[in-house]
Amino acid sequence: MSRAIALIDGNSFYCSCERVFDPKLAGVPVIVLSNNDGCAVARTAEAKALGIKMGEPWFKIRDLCKREGVRAFSSNYTLYGDMSARANAVYRDFSPAVEIYSIDESFLDLSDVREDRRVELARDLRATVRAWTGIPTCVGIGPTKTLAKLANHIAKTIPDLGGVCDLSDEDERAAWLCRIHVGEVWGIGRASLAKLEAMGVDSIADLRDLDPRPVRKAMTVVGERIIYELRGVCCLPLELMPAQRKGCAVTRSFSSRIEDRATMEQAVSAHATRMGEKLRRGGLGTTHVSVFYHTSEHDRGDPMRSVSTTVTLPEATNDTLALIKAAREGVSRTWREAPGDRPWRYSKAGVITTDLKLLEESQRALIGQLDRERSAPLMAAMDECNRRFGRGAVVPARAGLEKKRTWSTKFEMRSPRYTTQVSELPTAHAIP
Amino acid sequence: MKVRQIVELCAEGDSTVRVPILGPALCAGFPSPADDFLEGSLELPRWLAPNPPATFAWNISGDSMRDAGIFDRDLAVVDRSLKAAHRSVVVAAIDGQMSIKRFLVDGNVARLSFENPDLPAFAVEETGEAEIWGVVRFSIRWHIARAGLVR
Repeated sequence: MSRAIALIDGNSFYCSCERVFDPKLAGVPVIVLSNNDGCAVARTAEAKALGIKMGEPWFKIRDLCKREGVRAFSSNYTLYGDMSARANAVYRDFSPAVEIYSIDESFLDLSDVREDRRVELARDLRATVRAWTGIPTCVGIGPTKTLAKLANHIAKTIPDLGGVCDLSDEDERAAWLCRIHVGEVWGIGRASLAKLEAMGVDSIADLRDLDPRPVRKAMTVVGERIIYELRGVCCLPLELMPAQRKGCAVTRSFSSRIEDRATMEQAVSAHATRMGEKLRRGGLGTTHVSVFYHTSEHDRGDPMRSVSTTVTLPEATNDTLALIKAAREGVSRTWREAPGDRPWRYSKAGVITTDLKLLEESQRALIGQLDRERSAPLMAAMDECNRRFGRGAVVPARAGLEKKRTWSTKFEMRSPRYTTQVSELPTAHAIP
Repeated sequence: MKVRQIVELCAEGDSTVRVPILGPALCAGFPSPADDFLEGSLELPRWLAPNPPATFAWNISGDSMRDAGIFDRDLAVVDRSLKAAHRSVVVAAIDGQMSIKRFLVDGNVARLSFENPDLPAFAVEETGEAEIWGVVRFSIRWHIARAGLVR
């Protein structure tokens, strides 16, 4: 039986999540904004038709949105993450192997399904996801990930296909590949596109028929792999076990500018707290914490400053208190009072690690050993409290209470967390 | 405080599932932006909610379903994998508003109806203007309003 991979993704996923719980959004243009309500990161077809571009800054489109009745939302990642988990639970009913590629895209292995039954199965999958979660999707099928991704693009652009496109058949595939521009291929960025156009490549079929070896010189092994994948030779298997994390970053833009040291210390401590939670979830530890903070390039005329430093820990740890100590040390090393009367106005800070290892397997320090025996139960108790009573129920004092943080990322137009918070459940009216 | 009550209602253990199942939500390709925002999900035992990905909880506001035993401020648990049949209680979008109604099928005609004798009989919508969101599997009443904690 031939190999078949399907790529399923949610249509305007974030916007569709909003629509599931608010019937007033049906048929209305909807957009979702990035952190701090910066720019549009998801748009419904109606919003695209108004000319709103991906990544367009909110301040530029605010007037248009008001005029045209576009409903704009802050990112509600809690809701999107939950709806994504639900959709993937449905996918797992249809395929033994599911790779969650991103929050709204998953690859499914359909090799066990008879070739003439795959489209039928994909239609059934779409209908089930729509019924159970309310999310509309499209499915692309092909012998490789690259072709599945392309098939998904075709399913999205040609409404007559009913949301499913199968490129398993070689003749049919060849016909499509002649008609689509090479820029639509997964992994072909702007730089590669320029190189390919210089080589006279226009359609995807042109790229497929190139000699892979010279392409490897111009576009590395990635370009070569794309050619084989377009020929139906699978080079990218499904990644069913997410690779072990090598690094972890917690970075945030502030909702307002930070000028004083105490607030900066609180911000990096809060980021370090978050980092500790993430590391403990994977049983990972780190021996280095990098701390950075900088002013905004948008604040023209203001004094600029950008610093970063790396603090070494005596041994690998995921103890929030040790990470906070390191993060504060990072600020203490780099903090300067402004020489003139105009302070630096910082817009963003973050903590980053790049050397994660499994804590159990990490070497213990000879000198300055951290007390793991005491810290582990304390951290476990803190995590359990936050799981049971909601995020931020217990925080180290250094990080400040979530509600009192003046610099937290803004989500001013966020919808309720309909599916995870008892206090924010949607309401059904029993009113005549 | 309400959160705590829910936790106490269900025994922790093998019989407890989370709604939804938040499996290892790690993405192989792009790191999920939701990674920082995952929260404890609402938990329901499997025998009450056999299909977690399709199960959602709703607050009820109003008394038009009184005779169905559903009252103001109750909680309705909706299973979107169930198909509405004659006499199902459903959550439906009617004229841009989410409502809870009794679904009635009479020959070829489907209707959404109140269940409150105080309301006029003509207060019934044709399903032509409505879309069923999901079927109510069960509802929950809070009886603890005036109960204190025994110590």
